Amino acid sequence: MEYFRVMGIEPRLQLDPLELQQTFYRRSRELHPDRFARAAKTQQDAALAESSLLNDAYRTLKDPVARTEYFLKEKGLDIATQGTKQVPPELLEEVFELNLLLEEAQGGPELEAAKERFETLLREADRELESLFPDAENQLPALRQLLNRRRYIANLVRDIHGHFSN
Amino acid sequence: MGTFQIDFGDSPKERIIGIDLGTTNSLAAFQDLTGPEIIPTAEGGRIVPSVVSVGEDGAVLAGQAAKDQLKQRPRETVYSAKRFMGKGPDDIREELAFLPFSLASTPASAENNIIRLQVGPLAMTAPEISAHILAELKRNAEAYFGEPVTKAVVTVPAYFNDAQRQATKDAGRIAGLEVLRLVNEPTAAALAYGLDKRNQGVIAVYDLGGGTFDISILRIQDGIFEVLATNGDTHLGGDDIDKLLLEIALEDIASEWGFSVREDASAVETIRQAVIAAKEQLSFVPETQIDVDYQGRKYQRHLDRGLFDKLIAPVIERTVAPCRQCLKDAGLAPEQIDEVVLVGGSTRIPYVRKVVQQLFQAIPHTELNPDEVVALGAAVQAGILAGDVADTLLLDVTPLSLGIETMGGVVSKLIHRNSTIPASATEQFTTAVDGQTNVLIHVLQGERELVKDCRSLARFDLKGIPPMQAGLARIEVKFLIDANGILNVSAKDLRSGLEHSVEVKPSYGLTDEQVEAMILASIENAERDVRERQVREARVEADRILAAVEKARNSDAWLALDEAQQSAVQQAINELLLAYHGEDHLVIHAHMEKLDEATRSLAESMMNTAVASALKGTKI
Repeated sequence: MEYFRVMGIEPRLQLDPLELQQTFYRRSRELHPDRFARAAKTQQDAALAESSLLNDAYRTLKDPVARTEYFLKEKGLDIATQGTKQVPPELLEEVFELNLLLEEAQGGPELEAAKERFETLLREADRELESLFPDAENQLPALRQLLNRRRYIANLVRDIHGHFSN
Repeated sequence: MGTFQIDFGDSPKERIIGIDLGTTNSLAAFQDLTGPEIIPTAEGGRIVPSVVSVGEDGAVLAGQAAKDQLKQRPRETVYSAKRFMGKGPDDIREELAFLPFSLASTPASAENNIIRLQVGPLAMTAPEISAHILAELKRNAEAYFGEPVTKAVVTVPAYFNDAQRQATKDAGRIAGLEVLRLVNEPTAAALAYGLDKRNQGVIAVYDLGGGTFDISILRIQDGIFEVLATNGDTHLGGDDIDKLLLEIALEDIASEWGFSVREDASAVETIRQAVIAAKEQLSFVPETQIDVDYQGRKYQRHLDRGLFDKLIAPVIERTVAPCRQCLKDAGLAPEQIDEVVLVGGSTRIPYVRKVVQQLFQAIPHTELNPDEVVALGAAVQAGILAGDVADTLLLDVTPLSLGIETMGGVVSKLIHRNSTIPASATEQFTTAVDGQTNVLIHVLQGERELVKDCRSLARFDLKGIPPMQAGLARIEVKFLIDANGILNVSAKDLRSGLEHSVEVKPSYGLTDEQVEAMILASIENAERDVRERQVREARVEADRILAAVEKARNSDAWLALDEAQQSAVQQAINELLLAYHGEDHLVIHAHMEKLDEATRSLAESMMNTAVASALKGTKI
C-alpha cells in the first residue's frame, strides 16, 4: 500500500476529500523537489522519486473509484483482468434496448430518457460503493462486483454522451 | 514514512535570479528582502528586447543594441526566436514566409531535426540565439550585483512541450547559466500576484504574450499554489496581430506607391514597427494612424478601435476554446473562478479584456505590469529554491499527455495531461523475437490516439539485452516527468535487478554533444562579443557627448570663448569622430576625455551664463 504509506495515512477506503487534500499539501511541503534545491544529489533524486509517488498517490486516492481499484489490486483482487464485456444480468433488457436506440443513430426523447436512466444508475453505483467503504476489509468481493457493474454502466454513459456530441 | 534529513552542506548560498525569456522582450528579477524586484539593464532600463544581431565579422549583439539594428540590417538581425525553440524544419515553413529570416542551407543535423537560421554570416540554432539574450541578462545582473551570477530560474509557456523545454534549458547552459528550474509563465505570474493577496481561492491566469498563449487555473490555499489545469497555444500572440496589420499596410502601399515592397526587408521592418506602434496606441486612445516614412515615401492610414477589434477578433477568438477546455479539465464552471489575472503585453488591448471578462464573468486584475509580472514570479520561485521564501510552494502540472507507440501506430497513454508533476509511470517491456538484443521505445506527447497526430518526443533504445527466447526478457522502464516538465527515462532489468542502459535520440533537439560544442564556441566568441559590445556602448556615450557639445555651440557661452579655445574644441570633436568609426573602445574613451578636457572652459562659461541669468531673474 505504497500510496497510503507516502501519504502517511492508514490504508482505508473511507477518506474525507478535504482532509486528504490537506494531507497532500502537508506532505508536498515535506517532499517536493523545491525543498531540496540545495541538497546533495542523492537527496534530490530521493525527493524526486518520493514526490512523484506522492502525486501519483493523491491522483489515485482522491477519486473514490480509482481508490477502490487500487485498494482491491493491493489486496490481490485485480478488477482489470475481470471480463467487463459481460452484461450485469439485471441490466440485460435495458442494455438491449439502449443498443437498438444507439444503432438507429438518432437522438429523440427515448435516448434522452435512457441517458437520464443510466446516469442515475451510475450515481447510485457510486453511492453504493461509498456505503461499503467503512467496512471495506469485509466487503472485498462485493466491492469488486460493484466496481465491475459500475464500469459497465460508465462505459454505456460514455457511449451515449459520444452519441450526443456527434 | 519517508522523511529526509536535509543536508545543505557547507556551500555558501549563491544568488539565483529569475528570468522571463519572452518572444518579444526578456527581463530578469531577483528576490529582495521586501519582495521581487526587476534587475535594471546597463542603460538603466528594465526590458531587454529579445533581439540578436550579428556583425559582418560574426560579432554578436543582443538586446536594445541589436534592436537598434533591425531597420538598417534586417537580414543580420533576428527576433521572435522563441517561436523556433524545439521546432523542426517542417514546423516552421509556413512561419518563415512572414519573417525576414531564412534557414541556413546546411541543416545542423538532419537526424534530430534541428533548424538553423541564417543571421548575417552565422548559422544559428534557436537555443544559441536565446543564449545570447540570456547572456545579456546575465551580464546585466552581474553588473548590478557586482558578482558572478550562474544560477537561474527561467520561465516557459505552460503549453511548451518537452522539446521546447529542453531547448530552453540548453539555451541556459550555452549562456553559462545553470537553469535550476523551468517555471510555467502563468504560474509564475500567479506567484507574483498571490504573495500579498488572498490566502484562499481559485484563480485563472490568462497569458497572451508576443508569440504564445496560456491559460492556467490554480487553487491557492495557505501558500500552496496547486495548478488544477492548463491549456494553450504555443503559436498565438501579438505577433499574429502584427502580421494582420502588416498585410493590410503592405497591400495598401503596393497600390498607393505603385510597387510592392514585400521583398525589401528593410522596408517591411519599417512598416512592421509602424503598425506595432499603432497597435500599442490603440490600447490607450480610440483612434490613431499607421504612419510610415520610408526613404522619403510616406504612407498613412487611419485606424480606429472598432475596425481594429473586428480585425483581431478571429485571433482573440482562438483563445476561447483553450479556456473552455481548461475549465472543463479543472472541473469548474466559470462562476467558480474567484479572480482572473492578465499577463502579457497583448492583454493591454481593450478587446482582449472584454473577451476575458465575458468568458470568466469577472473583472480581470491588472494591478501589476503585465510585461513584468512573469519575471517577478520567476524571482519568487528562485527565492523558494534558495530557501528564502519558506511558506510558498508551487505544484504545477504537465500540459500534455505522454504515451508510447504501440502496435498499429496507436499511442498508449502513460501519464495524462494536467497530472501534478513530478509524475511517473512504469511499463514492462520484453522481446518479440528469439535472440533480440534491443527494444526501441517511441515516446510521444499529445492528446490524439494515433502516432501520426501526436508530437514525437524521443526514441529510447534499450540495448544489450542478452539473447534469449522471445518474451523472456523483462525490462521495467520508468517514465518520470520532473518538476521542470521534462521527461527522464530509466530502465531496470527485472531478471538481474540491474539498471539497464537507455540511449536517447531526441526527435527535435540538440544532443548533449552538440550543446557541449556550443558552450565551447560561446566561450571562444565571448571575448569578441564583449569587445563589440564595448565599442557600441562607447559610441552611445560619444553620441551623447557630441550632442551636448553641439547644443553648447549654439549657445551664448560659445561666443564667450576665444578663437584658440574654439578651435581646440573643434579639433577634439574631429578626433573623436575619427575614433568613433574605429573598433577600439579604449581609443573612443580616450578621445571622449580629450573632448571633455577641451570643453571645460565652455562648460564653465555656460555655467556662468546660467548663473548670471538665474541671478537676473531673482529679486532679492
